[in-house]
Amino acid sequence: MTHFYQTGTFAVGNRLLDEDAASVQADPARANSITKGHRACQGCGEALGARYALDAALRASGGQLIAANATGCLEVFSTPFPESSWRLPWIHSLFANAPAVATGIAAALRAQGRTDIRVVGQGGDGGTVDIGLACLSGMFERGDDVLYICYDNEAYMNTGVQRSAATPPAARTATTEPLGTHPGNAFGQGKNLPLIAMAHELPYVATATVAELRDLERKVERAMQLHGARYLHVLVPCPLGWGSATADTINIARLAKESGLFPVFEAEDGRVVRVSPIRRQVPVEDYLRRQQRYAHLFAGAGRPDVIAQLQASADRNIARFGLLADGGEEPAERDGELLDVLATSALTGTPPLGAQAGERGPS
Amino acid sequence: MVFEVRIHGRGGQGVVTAAELLSLAAFEEGLRAQAFPSFGSERMGAPVTAFCRISDLPIRLREPVAEPDAVVVQDPTLLHHVDVFGGLREQGFVLVNSKRTLAQLGLSELYERHLPPRLRSTPASEIARERLGRPIANAALLGGLSALTAVVRLSSLERAIEQRLPASVVEGNVLAARETYERVRSTLGEGHGALDGEATHA
Amino acid sequence: MPSQIEGSLAVARTVARCRPQVVCAYPITPQTHIVEALSRMVAAGELAPCEFVNVESEFAAMSVAIGASATGARVYTATASQGLLYMAEALFNASGLGLPIVMTVANRAIGAPINIWNDHSDAMALRDCGWVQLYATDNQEAADMHVQAFRLAQECSLPVMVCMDGFVLTHAVEPLEVAEQQDVDAYLPPFVARQALDPSAPATIGAMVGPEAFTEVRYLAHAKQMDALDAIPGLAAEFERRFDRASGGLLGGYRCEDARTVIVALGSVFGTLQDVVDERRADGRTVGVLAIKSFRPFPLAELRAALADAGQVIVLERAFAVGVGGIVSADVHAALAGLRVPIHTVVAGLGGRAVTRRSLHAMLDQAHAGRLPELHFLDLNTQLVERELARMREGTSPGPHAENILRELGIVAAGPV
Repeated sequence: MTHFYQTGTFAVGNRLLDEDAASVQADPARANSITKGHRACQGCGEALGARYALDAALRASGGQLIAANATGCLEVFSTPFPESSWRLPWIHSLFANAPAVATGIAAALRAQGRTDIRVVGQGGDGGTVDIGLACLSGMFERGDDVLYICYDNEAYMNTGVQRSAATPPAARTATTEPLGTHPGNAFGQGKNLPLIAMAHELPYVATATVAELRDLERKVERAMQLHGARYLHVLVPCPLGWGSATADTINIARLAKESGLFPVFEAEDGRVVRVSPIRRQVPVEDYLRRQQRYAHLFAGAGRPDVIAQLQASADRNIARFGLLADGGEEPAERDGELLDVLATSALTGTPPLGAQAGERGPS
Repeated sequence: MVFEVRIHGRGGQGVVTAAELLSLAAFEEGLRAQAFPSFGSERMGAPVTAFCRISDLPIRLREPVAEPDAVVVQDPTLLHHVDVFGGLREQGFVLVNSKRTLAQLGLSELYERHLPPRLRSTPASEIARERLGRPIANAALLGGLSALTAVVRLSSLERAIEQRLPASVVEGNVLAARETYERVRSTLGEGHGALDGEATHA
Repeated sequence: MPSQIEGSLAVARTVARCRPQVVCAYPITPQTHIVEALSRMVAAGELAPCEFVNVESEFAAMSVAIGASATGARVYTATASQGLLYMAEALFNASGLGLPIVMTVANRAIGAPINIWNDHSDAMALRDCGWVQLYATDNQEAADMHVQAFRLAQECSLPVMVCMDGFVLTHAVEPLEVAEQQDVDAYLPPFVARQALDPSAPATIGAMVGPEAFTEVRYLAHAKQMDALDAIPGLAAEFERRFDRASGGLLGGYRCEDARTVIVALGSVFGTLQDVVDERRADGRTVGVLAIKSFRPFPLAELRAALADAGQVIVLERAFAVGVGGIVSADVHAALAGLRVPIHTVVAGLGGRAVTRRSLHAMLDQAHAGRLPELHFLDLNTQLVERELARMREGTSPGPHAENILRELGIVAAGPV
């Protein structure tokens, strides 16, 4: 496989690639699921991720796709009445019920004998990890034929950047201000939705970022080849909420991966089967310094202790997911290790894996 | 004509089904009947009351049976704990599931307020155990009730059992109902005031 | 030909004849028998094509219903009490989106304190969520109303809830007719959605609407309920022609024509009231009872016409507005505004307390003697309540009211010696 280094993606080299390796976005006949005119902020990671994901899903389904969207930034900026950016059938119901609405759509299609039409449910981290978790888990457990995509910008952004269960440790939000000795969002909290999804033994669970857009498309395509409940968790930086430069969105997503804070992997039937390795590991500081939400860790004397904790989390992820292996290797024995670690976590109360991990007890 | 029955038992003994079977039997005879339960929290062993209101006119009333024409006590451990005979009409019927007599059960005072020929106990659980293999006495007791009150015919009850209960237990329940019917009938004297106008109220 | 069956089963079989394509429900007493019966029918292939979805909460039930209805499927669900409240947000969403979902509410009290028995506080708590709210006076009507509800829902693009008294109706076994399939098919045409999620004609459903248009959109919801007010009598008349029995409609009167005293009520207490009316009339008292069958939309004009000549009106309610008084009576007051008809509110049957003929006769005796207060709680144990209030004021006896009251009633043993 040839690498083109200018941007780190395959976008420049599309004309030299095979059809099936080329980005959906390079296709002049692409669906353009979310078209121009929406009101997203400059540099919005979610708008970028949603466009790539849905265009890939539309291509994979031959244009036969219906989407259910939770309340949140994506829903708000895409449908300012009387305008809509959506070029596919799309419904927004409530904050907590996008997975259940998607279930209902799938049930209706089955009853109508129209199973050629596929269903996507989507929402932000708030609507997925917090208030939508019951409906999501119900959908997972029933194995409803829905692909659910969570666009994770790690807080309730649309309502003014409040903390969600997906907010990483030490991050500043409007409800986790770094006042006094509090280092922003507390350690030892957070839910790892990809692992929760895996615990439901879904046919496909994957994480992705907007730094590797072709990878995101590929994962959507892979998911669309399968049936049953499938889950995709996409890291989408939010320049407004993270306090980062609007032009830095893709770069920050890359640093999240390259530091080890956001593991990028695929799992099938509850087991990790593929890991996207770190190309050039960076210290977490490189990632943290670019975001105002971590500025308190560097102001004045700073908080080197907190940064060290975050580095330890990243290192733990690297070890557990095998993020520094050579590209493409299937971490077979690490798979077993991962499951052992999951079991250990449950029994001894050691913290969960992922970017949100922190010290709670003996490691 | 209206005839109101109240059945007392505990959860798991088929009291609600008993009321339903009785209503089905009445329906078979072209009568109108309404069966409905009164639960406490649903669990095995909790006191359960079920009602059956039988009439030849459409039933519009929706209240529990407060003044029954007949009281069936399926579980005698309820006696003296629950007011099973509350509101029983003076000419009302009583059928208690027990191999002991009403006097032995401490219910002699019933004889003072009601008509002795209309008060009976019968060992329905024992009969059921023999015929069914389990002491589920609901259908058996209905056989006894039919003999005692003649509010429905035994044959109607049998048809109700066939329709409502699972096939595997139909035969046992029909036999239990028949035997209890015979047992109670044999204790009745001549001119027993069953469904001859006295037993029912307008 | 009627069958001797449980009210819940009659409803389930009738709903099945309405050919729902998606049934999604979460179990709650006393609705369970309805959804269990439908689940069996679907599993046995007796109801096909139909997807039965076992959801993880009532909120999920209504959400699944929303997704399915928006995709153009005919959808049914059922709930009661706490479950209805748990789906509150979704109820408003469904009506706001104009989705023709039909739902049975097996009326049950709302906690705290938790209570599984019948009253109307659940549906009354959501009376303004935009759903059409129908109240069945007996089991036959409950079953029949579902047929009319599906037709009303799809014609008016509004969700409809059919309320039937929990336990009192749901768990009563009596002779009931289940509408025949060919008659239902003739009465209820297939559902064609006005707007559906369909790749061949993509639409955006559920957009945000700001101050510049929200009022108009919400007014249209009211206008649709006014349309329903017009449609309901016609649908009931058509039902009677086809099925040869009267069911539904806006109001149902019994011996009201020349009545001096008219009792207004909702639900199954209507049956008991009919017996009471006959007994009063036998004694020479002109009493009538008027059932409100469509509570939302509220038939203001029809009620006014029916009650204009009454000497007094007693509104018998199985719920109440805490801090104010009657709920139904507030709407009755609005209907009779300007007329000099005295209106009394009687709150009865809360949490499953039986509403008996004896108590109703006593209430009517009081009314006749001019001694019925404007707001009266039927069968309230005033001594018990006054003792508890006195305790509260003295500051003695901490602990929940319910426990103190139950102790007084001897239902709970006295505390540790």
